[in-house]
Amino acid sequence: MAMIRKMIMGRKVGMTQIFSDDGKAIPVTVLEVGPCYVVQRRTMARDGYEAVQLGYLPYEERDQKRVQELRRVHEQRRKTGERGAVKETAHRRLTLAEYGHCAAANVPPLRHLKEFRVAAPDDFPAGMEIRADIFTAGEKVDVSGTSKGRGFAGVVKRYGFRGGRATHGSMFHRKPASAGATDAARVFKNARRPGHMGAEKVTVKGLTVVRADAERQMLVLKGAVPGPVGGLVVVTLPAQAVVERGKGKLVTFTALENFTW
Amino acid sequence: MKKSNKLNHGLIRALEAEQVQPDRPRFRTGDSLRVHLKVKEGNRERIQLYEGVVIRHQKGLLNERVTVRRVSNGVGVERIFLVHSPKIEKIEVIRLGKVRRARLYYLRKRIGARATRIKERGRV
Repeated sequence: MAMIRKMIMGRKVGMTQIFSDDGKAIPVTVLEVGPCYVVQRRTMARDGYEAVQLGYLPYEERDQKRVQELRRVHEQRRKTGERGAVKETAHRRLTLAEYGHCAAANVPPLRHLKEFRVAAPDDFPAGMEIRADIFTAGEKVDVSGTSKGRGFAGVVKRYGFRGGRATHGSMFHRKPASAGATDAARVFKNARRPGHMGAEKVTVKGLTVVRADAERQMLVLKGAVPGPVGGLVVVTLPAQAVVERGKGKLVTFTALENFTW
Repeated sequence: MKKSNKLNHGLIRALEAEQVQPDRPRFRTGDSLRVHLKVKEGNRERIQLYEGVVIRHQKGLLNERVTVRRVSNGVGVERIFLVHSPKIEKIEVIRLGKVRRARLYYLRKRIGARATRIKERGRV
């Protein structure tokens, strides 16, 4: 598994273009990121592997009553030493287990939890807050998101088959044509056929950070990011050098060897 | 507890607003513009002028665009400018035009000074 140096979670706000210092218009994606909290450390001793569990997006004020109710139940159960499932809580979204999990790290209850295999996990103690400024302009980051769902798509949209002509009686428009040889008497595995497209995890590598603004919780990246506006995205800085997009040039992170917060 | 987790759509607006050039004039389709372009020649920078009629004006914050048409040596030239580009030193409105549509594509088919004339809409 590829190790990473640092990471943050956020949501896509949309795209625009801004001007670079030399006057060029560059396409950028604006993300709203963090604040994220380290909820748990996975350790070799206890879990068999080293990782950092990050949480993002606290439950809202309108959930507060339910959170308070959970807090009350949590405290009471701690006193009485009671265990097992909670029957009384009317809370639909946040479970007592989730509440207690976040409370253990002294962070607010968070909607999204995700683990990261970090090169230096000791730099991320439980309870630590991570904001947009862990990234700096110029860094090459990877961005993962869930691509827009296209539903059940034909072979032209899904795999870029060329299809046939629309008129002159061709009778072959957007069909997948032959599914394989006849003497095999079966269709081989991985044949490109129509089916569900999109709504899957997509990672775009090597996007340049244009701006990281902790105050506004904003991260501006050069290029496009998978998913719809409002979709959850994960931004990571890989520990290894990455090949710059379209250039075949190795970019290393020498300046980041001694990074601190 | 956070009040709301609503996505901050204002981020894009705020980001664009930072680079908007405050001194760009107001103009509309049919007006004539003089665009002062910064042109780099080697390591020397000079100003190049481009004059013509606005045949299309696409509004936006930072991405406001304008298509300026002129006939140069009998050849029609249309250039699209990003109004807030730092490569544009200045934009002057040299003539206000009175037109009845937003896109003046019909000018492309017109030939001659009389046929491409646009009525004035008061003084600059």
